[in-house]
Amino acid sequence: MLDRSLIDRLHRTWRDPPGLWGFLTTVDHKRIAARYIVTALLLMFLAGMLALDMRWQLSVPENSRMTAQTFNESFSLHGSTMLFLVSVPIMEAMAFWLVPLMLGARNMAFPRLGAFSFWLYFGGVLTLWIAHAIGITPDLGWFEYPPLSGPAYSPGHRADIWAQMITFTEVAALAASVNVAATILKMRPPGMTLARMPVFLWAMLIASIMTILSMPAVMLVTSMLISDRLVSTHFFSVATGGDAVLFQHFFWFFGHPEVYLIFIPATGFVSSIVETFSRRPLFGHSALVLAIVSIGALAFGLWVHHMFAVGLPRLGNNFYTAASMAIALPAGLQIFCWIASIWAGRTCFATPMLWVLGFLATFVIGGLSGVMTASAALDLQLTDTYFIVAHLHYVLVGGAMFPLFGAFCYWYPKATGRMMSESWGKIAFGLIVGGFNLGFFPMHVLGLMGMPRRVYTYPAGMGWETLNQVATAGSGVAVIGGLIFVANALISYWHGEPSGSDPWGGSTLEWASPSPPPPWNLPFTPVVEDLTPMWNGGKALKAMDGLSPDKRQVLVTSVTDAEPIYRQKSPAPSIWPLMAALAVSTMFIGSIFTPWAIALGTLPIAAALTGWFWPNRPRAANGPLGSRP
Amino acid sequence: MSKFGLSLLMLLLGACAGIQTPLSPAGDQASALHSLFLLMMIVCGGVYLIIIGAIMWSVLAAKARRRNAAPDGSEKILNRGFYSAAAGIVVGLTILIVGSLFVDRALIAARDDDALHIRVTGHQWWWRIEYSDPASGRWIETANELHLPLGRTARVQLASGDVIHSFWVPNVAGKIDMIPGRRNLVDLTPRRLGWFRGQCAEFCGTQHAHMSFDVKVDTPAQFDAWLARQSDPVAAGALVGSRAAALFLRVCGSCHAVRGTPAVGRAGPDLTHFASRRSIAAGTVSMTRGGIQGWLAQPQALKPGTSMPAVPLVPADADAVATYLESLR
Repeated sequence: MLDRSLIDRLHRTWRDPPGLWGFLTTVDHKRIAARYIVTALLLMFLAGMLALDMRWQLSVPENSRMTAQTFNESFSLHGSTMLFLVSVPIMEAMAFWLVPLMLGARNMAFPRLGAFSFWLYFGGVLTLWIAHAIGITPDLGWFEYPPLSGPAYSPGHRADIWAQMITFTEVAALAASVNVAATILKMRPPGMTLARMPVFLWAMLIASIMTILSMPAVMLVTSMLISDRLVSTHFFSVATGGDAVLFQHFFWFFGHPEVYLIFIPATGFVSSIVETFSRRPLFGHSALVLAIVSIGALAFGLWVHHMFAVGLPRLGNNFYTAASMAIALPAGLQIFCWIASIWAGRTCFATPMLWVLGFLATFVIGGLSGVMTASAALDLQLTDTYFIVAHLHYVLVGGAMFPLFGAFCYWYPKATGRMMSESWGKIAFGLIVGGFNLGFFPMHVLGLMGMPRRVYTYPAGMGWETLNQVATAGSGVAVIGGLIFVANALISYWHGEPSGSDPWGGSTLEWASPSPPPPWNLPFTPVVEDLTPMWNGGKALKAMDGLSPDKRQVLVTSVTDAEPIYRQKSPAPSIWPLMAALAVSTMFIGSIFTPWAIALGTLPIAAALTGWFWPNRPRAANGPLGSRP
Repeated sequence: MSKFGLSLLMLLLGACAGIQTPLSPAGDQASALHSLFLLMMIVCGGVYLIIIGAIMWSVLAAKARRRNAAPDGSEKILNRGFYSAAAGIVVGLTILIVGSLFVDRALIAARDDDALHIRVTGHQWWWRIEYSDPASGRWIETANELHLPLGRTARVQLASGDVIHSFWVPNVAGKIDMIPGRRNLVDLTPRRLGWFRGQCAEFCGTQHAHMSFDVKVDTPAQFDAWLARQSDPVAAGALVGSRAAALFLRVCGSCHAVRGTPAVGRAGPDLTHFASRRSIAAGTVSMTRGGIQGWLAQPQALKPGTSMPAVPLVPADADAVATYLESLR
């Protein structure tokens, strides 16, 4: 079946045009995802440098390395970049890259929408960082509460740039999530019923649905903020009947699910890695899936735990305490399932698995400090102190970035066809995990010693110096580890040992494709009979034929049972997603300066979308549309 | 590393005597929160040790299994472990949720009728503080220094004059936000004499870092004497009617008030008993002659972004204004 001529025909059908035109028009999910990942990693480096600079500033009291303004800009840019431009997009990018491969599908459900997501996200990146380069950096944190961010206290355009950056990334994230959810629900290979879906795909599905449900809240609220600033709508200005706390409710109605939609994909990475390296099917597959679903559901019922100090009714606050602590049940059971799989398997501890161990040891601290801050009473001492800085970095770095780094090491051979150096990988692992814990654990103590967040300096004699210096040293060590990690990835790209298609003996379908995967992914449509199709008792993977190698076709299957329904035409490369993203970006950026941009900006968008959807095949000769003369 | 941190933390729990820390409670509310914190530390610390133990055990078990590949009845053990873990988590969470609820109730246990009423208003970046005068029922204004009587509950009404701030005296009680258009309440029942420090805990703009205040817990007699003196218009011995007073009125009087003189500005802190305080500009500069003169000459260097403008005075005049300010005891 895998004869040369089939491969050639697939290649002719699915390849991109050569050169720059191909770069701009591609709809290949792997190329788009790679761009997302490279952009996000670059931003992670830049925002990490900002963090190191802030650590330098705080290492001694009354330091003059930074002014108050520079420090406020730095933490605002660091937080906004890490949350909106790194964590969320990189998880979507991992879904873009892996979901079709893991489904044995040839592309995403909406390939052009995928390209549009990236270009629009990139527009958001440029908006924020070009603004920073020309000195109009947002300086009010990653949350920008009014009235501080309102027209009365923040003249100029810093706050508008922040708010529009949110709009960019959220539209991009919504488009990406719809794409991922549709792909997982409608493009599974025959036999992969919902019950046979790997935990990774469940995690990506739930995270996508959470994105679709939570992102509109923050888009709405930042749009209200922009309206307040641009056309004086007074949603949040108290003197004219607005309400400052309304912003916080909307913001955290998105903001809390956001934390979990970063964490849930990470649980997918961990599940994949644990299964492969423990050499046995994951213990408690259903429990893991149910845990993810219940975390996803609970996530929408606990936003008030970010607002315990606001002065809302106390009994109500305590309901949110119970809901927040309840998260520990599904999260704890997930952790049990992973440890149980390691225990019961013949586990080997290559670098990806080490990242899982680092994740467990670090994330659990973040989870437990989360239980402490979930108490409406105790939070009054903890919130807005360095205890929270420690907590959020333990859950976001320990809970999401460590699994991401593990996933990077795990799927690197698939993406490049080469192995990363194990010994350098272990050194980078040790430095990052050790440096991180050295850097962030003392912050718990600093918070308990009374150090508030977001202060650009502190007086001598508060007793905060030593631990701040330890924290600064630790973050320096972690940055060195990060540079080794990146160097290892770069050097291995050219000099690593060839990996073959399945170096780890993985359990899921992406390991059936060649490494690196060609534009058509798998040369056949696989048929799945259990949860670990690649371990099918040593039998070869079953395949189903029926997609033409000469047409861009994908198979659409039913939602629950993955019964094949029909062949769907998959769009060819197109410049219109880029054009549409440019038109939308122009409108978003224009609306920072004038409300007219919203009215006039719709015209180029309409033009781009008309080009995008212009019919490019002959009218149907039969069916409902063909009956007209 | 985290073990080092944990032991460090334990050390701190016993031996911390800071003036701005929840670990050294000096009030009823902070004590209740501190005991909740200890409960949390015991439960969460125990859970962490169990999980780290389980990870280490599973790593060793997996290594042993790699050597002799014979599978055992592990699924049964795992299922039993799964349900035990679920039960353990539910029990632990129930303890913590109930404990948290009871402590939360304790924070507002004080009765309103015998409480001392205080209003604190947050401004960018200082604190307006007003006491209800028991004798006249008037509100007596001061700024950036809070005095509290030992053992009596002060019910503090929190408001904001501009953006959101947060009022936090960690040794005495937890923080509550000060939100424009809303009134929040916090009870402070101090149980230890001495000086403490409070700080704004919600990011409120450029100089959020320099928005702190001193807190003094007095004996009831000391407190009554202090309040009586604060309610006086202007202290005896001040250079009222002097050239310095006229100069002060001209350059400072439109923003600052000194009760008993024509200076009635409300944009900045009330300066009636300015020199009786411990620090200047919300804890930014210490109350010395040099501090006063430095603050008058270069407020933007000491606290960049503050609303206080540099006061353009010839040296002799600056000296006179500083002397006048020093006399406001």
